[in-house]
Formats: sequence, C-alpha cells, structure tokens
Amino acid sequence: MLLELRNVTRRFGALAAVQAVSLDIEAGEFFTLLGPSGCGKTTLLRMIAGFDAPDQGDILLEGANLAGTPPERRPVHTVFQSYALFPHMSVADNVGFPLLMSRRTREEIVPLVREALAKVHLADKAADYPHELSGGQKQRVALARALVNRPRLLLLDEPLGALDAKLREEMRSELIRLQRDVGITFVFVTHAQTEALALSHRIAVMNAGRVEQVDTPERIYEQPVNRFVAEFIGTCNLIDATVAAATAAHLGLDLGTLGEVVAPAAPGIAVGERGTLALRPEQIRLSARGHAERLRNQFEATVRESLYLGDVTHYSVALANGRTLQALAANSGSARAQLFSTGDAVTVAWRHDAGHFLR
Amino acid sequence: MTLKLPLLWLLAAVVYAFLYVPLAVVVLFSFNDSALNAGWVGFTTRWYELLLADADMLSAAANSLLVATVASIAATILGTMAGLAIHRYRPRLLPALVLTPVAMPEILLGVSLLLFFRQVLDLTLGLASIVIAHITFSIGFVAIVVRARLQGMDEAIFEAARDLGATPWRSFRHVTLPLILPAIVAGALMAFTLSIDDFVITFFTAGVGVTTLPLQIYSMIKVAVTPEVNAVSTLLMALTLTLIAVAARIAPESIRARG
Ligand SMILES: Nc1ncnc2c1ncn2[C@@H]1O[C@H](COP(=O)(O)OP(=O)(O)O)[C@@H](O)[C@H]1O
Ligand SMILES: [Mg+2]
Repeated sequence: MLLELRNVTRRFGALAAVQAVSLDIEAGEFFTLLGPSGCGKTTLLRMIAGFDAPDQGDILLEGANLAGTPPERRPVHTVFQSYALFPHMSVADNVGFPLLMSRRTREEIVPLVREALAKVHLADKAADYPHELSGGQKQRVALARALVNRPRLLLLDEPLGALDAKLREEMRSELIRLQRDVGITFVFVTHAQTEALALSHRIAVMNAGRVEQVDTPERIYEQPVNRFVAEFIGTCNLIDATVAAATAAHLGLDLGTLGEVVAPAAPGIAVGERGTLALRPEQIRLSARGHAERLRNQFEATVRESLYLGDVTHYSVALANGRTLQALAANSGSARAQLFSTGDAVTVAWRHDAGHFLR
Repeated sequence: MTLKLPLLWLLAAVVYAFLYVPLAVVVLFSFNDSALNAGWVGFTTRWYELLLADADMLSAAANSLLVATVASIAATILGTMAGLAIHRYRPRLLPALVLTPVAMPEILLGVSLLLFFRQVLDLTLGLASIVIAHITFSIGFVAIVVRARLQGMDEAIFEAARDLGATPWRSFRHVTLPLILPAIVAGALMAFTLSIDDFVITFFTAGVGVTTLPLQIYSMIKVAVTPEVNAVSTLLMALTLTLIAVAARIAPESIRARG
C-alpha cells in the first residue's frame, strides 16, 4: 500500500470539512477524488501534501506516519490549479527547482530538466518565462516540475479546471499517457465526473466531507451504492420501489401504481425492503407503440420533450402515472433509430438485467 | 465643452506653475552670478565651489548621508519583516502599530520622541537619536510597499516552493525574496528620501551641536536666502528626484513579474 488514510478528520470551527475518511491507494494507481465543490477534496489533498494536519486520524505513506513531517520532506508533489509557477524563473529553472532543492549539481540538473520538458513537449520553451506561456503550456510546465525528481505520489488539484474545453480533452489524454509512462501514483481531484471516469483506475466519490463510494469507474457508474453517487455521476432515473421478490438472479420490484418490474439481484436485499430503482437514460429503449420488442419491463408513455444532440437524442417521457423518465437514444447515421417528437405515444422498456436497486 | 477644455488646461498650467516655478527659480539662482536673489546677472558655479569649502555644510551633509543610510537600511530590514509578518500571519494589532506612524503628524512624532529620549531613556540627543527617530517613521512605508507586493501574488507560489522541497529558509531565499525585491528596493529608496530631507522630526531629536542638511539650510535662511542655500537645495533636489525616478522604474517591474 502506498498511501493509507485512516479515519482522517479535519474541522474548521463547527464545520467538518473532512469526516472520518479512510482510503487505501496502491502504488501506480491513478486515483481520483470526485465530489461537488466544497465537499473537502482540497482539504484532504492539503493534509496529504503537509500544508494542513488532520484533527484526528493518520496519514501513512509506505507505512510511515506522515504526522509532523513538513511538506518539503514528503516525497509528495502537488500540481496546483493556478499552476503556481515561479514568475521570476525561466521554464527550465522552474522545472529544475525541485532538483536544486534536493542539492543536485548543475551537471545532473540540466539533462533531467531537458528530459522532463521533452516529456511534456516543451523542449523549445526552456528559456521562456511563465508569463509568455499559454494556459496549456503552463500546465505542462507545472507537471514537468512536479514530476522531475520522481516523487512517490503526485497530487493534482483540479488541474484542468482553468483550461478551455478543447484543451481539457487534450490534456486528459496527455495525463493518462504521462501517468502510465512515469508510473508514479496520481491522486487527482476534480468535480467533473466525465474527467474522473475517463482518467481513473479508481474513484472515491465524496460528499460533505465523507467518502460515499470507492470503486472502478465502471462500478461507480453502473453500481452506485446510493442515490447521491447515482445522481452525481451522469444522469439517473430514480424510482421509489419496494422489494416484492428476491431470488439469486433477480429482484421483483413493486413500483406502486406502475406495477412490478424485474431488476438484477443485489446481495443482502430482503423482501419488503424499500429503496430506489436507479436506471440510466441509455438503458431505457423507446419504440413506437405496438412495435416494441418484447422486454420484461415495459410501459406506455408519451414524449414530453425531445432534444436532438447530434450523436444522441435526449427524450423526456411521461408514464401513465405522470412520472417522467429521461431516456437517451443513439442516432446511428442513416439507419438511425426512429426519431420521436413531443406528444408521440411510445413504449418505454428496459431489460431485466438493467437498472440497479439502491437501499 | 469646446469652451471648457482650454479653461481646464489653463487651470492645470497655473497649478503646475505654482508647484514647479519656485523650484525652477531656486535652481536658476543657484547658478546666478550675483549675491542677491534679484535679477539674472550671469552664469557661475561659484556658489557650488563655496559650498564645497563650507566645513559646516559638509559636516551637515555627511551627517545626513550617514543618518539616511543607516536609518534606511535598518528600516528596510524591519519594515520588510513587518510586511511579511502582516501578510503571513494576518495579526490584528500589528498593522495598526506599524502603519500608524505613517499617518501621524510629524510634529507629534517629533515631540513624543524627544520626550521619550530625554525623559524616559535619558539619552543624550545626537546622531543615534536621529537615526532611531528616522527608523521609526520609515518602517511603516517599507511595510506598506512590501505587503502590497505580497498581496498581489498567488499564495500557491509559496506553497509550491515548500511542496517541491524547499525548507522555509530556502523558500524565502529562492522564491519570496526575489519576488518582493522590487518592493524592498522601492521601500528602501523611499526610506532614504524621507530621511535625507526630514526636517521636523530631526529638529526635535537632533539635540545641540549635531546638524543635518535640512537643519543647516534652515539655520542659514534665518539670516537670508543666499545663493549658497539655492545651491545646496538644488543638490538635495537632484538627489531626491534621482531616487524617486529609480523607485518609479522599479515599481512597474514588480507588476510585470507577476506572470
Ligand atoms: N482554511 C479554512 N478555514 C475555514 N473553512 C475552510 C478552510 N478551508 C476549507 N474550508 C471549508 O471546508 C469545506 C471544504 O473545502 P474544500 O476542501 O476546499 O472543498 P473542495 O476542494 O472539495 O471544493 C468548505 O466548506 C470550505 O469552505
Ligand atoms: Mg478544491
């Protein structure tokens, strides 16, 4: 285990910014802290970097407790959202700074800096000053600087937040490549769920100072543990349900006036339990009434709204009891699925193995 | 509108004339080949030669330079520390303590320092008391400039230095100090200028027998405004303007370096 957080708590007055957070992060992992603004991500990162200390709990790096170790003595570097480049130093001197601080000689520093800059495609900017660089270039310098003397752990606090959309996508691929390339453990902070899904080996979803779920992106998306995670990651239809039947393979869920549906089995769920059925919009299929393929879970509905988005069409449909569902249909070019418009009578359906019961 | 604009220009011209014509006259008459400040007779540098032969004047100038150098160095070190502390620790009382002398009427500061030196410390007034007094009123100016510079900078820069392996001292030496250096130099020049032409506070804290340039000029014009006074005033003015020009050149530098 590279990094262990054990019951880490940090309070600011009455506010518990981080509450009893426990995490295990493996060497070589791209680990993401994902959560809405103000949920305590930065506070957690600052404690790992050593700028702040937990009120309770321990932070261990390779088994050694970090308590009392100042930031400069932790083999942990941070990429700040504002980049925090030294404005009075050239790009090369910025990147060489951590090497200079670890008392390497000039002869050692020069080739290492060159190599680090080449890794982020900035070999030709060595003599430039930070104010001459674009946002994306500053970002790359900050990365090169933080990686040049190979820390055990790299912390990134919303590093893509200040970039425009196009650049952000580019830097996303760049980050993955860089992380796999250098093999250094990344702890990445973001409030953007697509970023988290695209980049991470594992994600910790945080809410109000607590960790709600730690899992792979697929499991976070497909098997959220609660309503918060389900709603925070992408769009999700949440329908109140009572467990009517539970077998090894399936759950029978009573949706009240809508009747019964079948959902995949979940461990430890007993008949009579009340909870929520979580359904992703892309799991719901729309067809013209009467032309539906036979699926187990099927309802009559009316299209309330349709938004054509190019690659997909986003529908809002109303069920017989007035409840609306969000559905997403892929538009596959010329042989595309039939497009519906407001007022169309349709059948909505989803497979027996789609959806996810939340307690 | 069309009528008002020339009027505004005229007004501005009058205001600037009031500010600069007396200064220009002093400079002009310091080169006037006449002992009377009346009409232009001819060009000469003899008043400057006279100045260089005036032992009292030279000793006053030496005192002024000594006081200004020592006081501005001390005030710069203390003021920089105060500026850093105010920025870093955001204390409640310290800013008021450091910055009040800047706004305090000089006469009040002069009188209270005099009382303090004589009655409380029982100090013999002289160069030392002048230096201490000048440090007192200069610290605030340096602190203000240094703090303003720090406030304009991204706090993460200093954290980044520590994060990347710099001890507090090395972080100060390699990052903080170079970044606030323009402010420190500007503050030092300000402290030097304030010290070298200070009259009121120096008057109260000089005691007998010790004199600085402004005090010397004052004692001379009690008799008459001689061309020699014009000459020494011109030199003082030249020195002050040079320092201000240097400080002004450094100030925009400090803005550019923010990246
Ligand atoms: N130094 C501080 N003093 C007081 N409150 C703070 C401090 N730092 C953070 N907070 C509060 O703690 C909570 C979590 O903040 P933060 O960790 O910055 O959230 P995030 O990075 O997830 O947006 C917020 O409510 C914030 O206002
Ligand atoms: Mg944050």
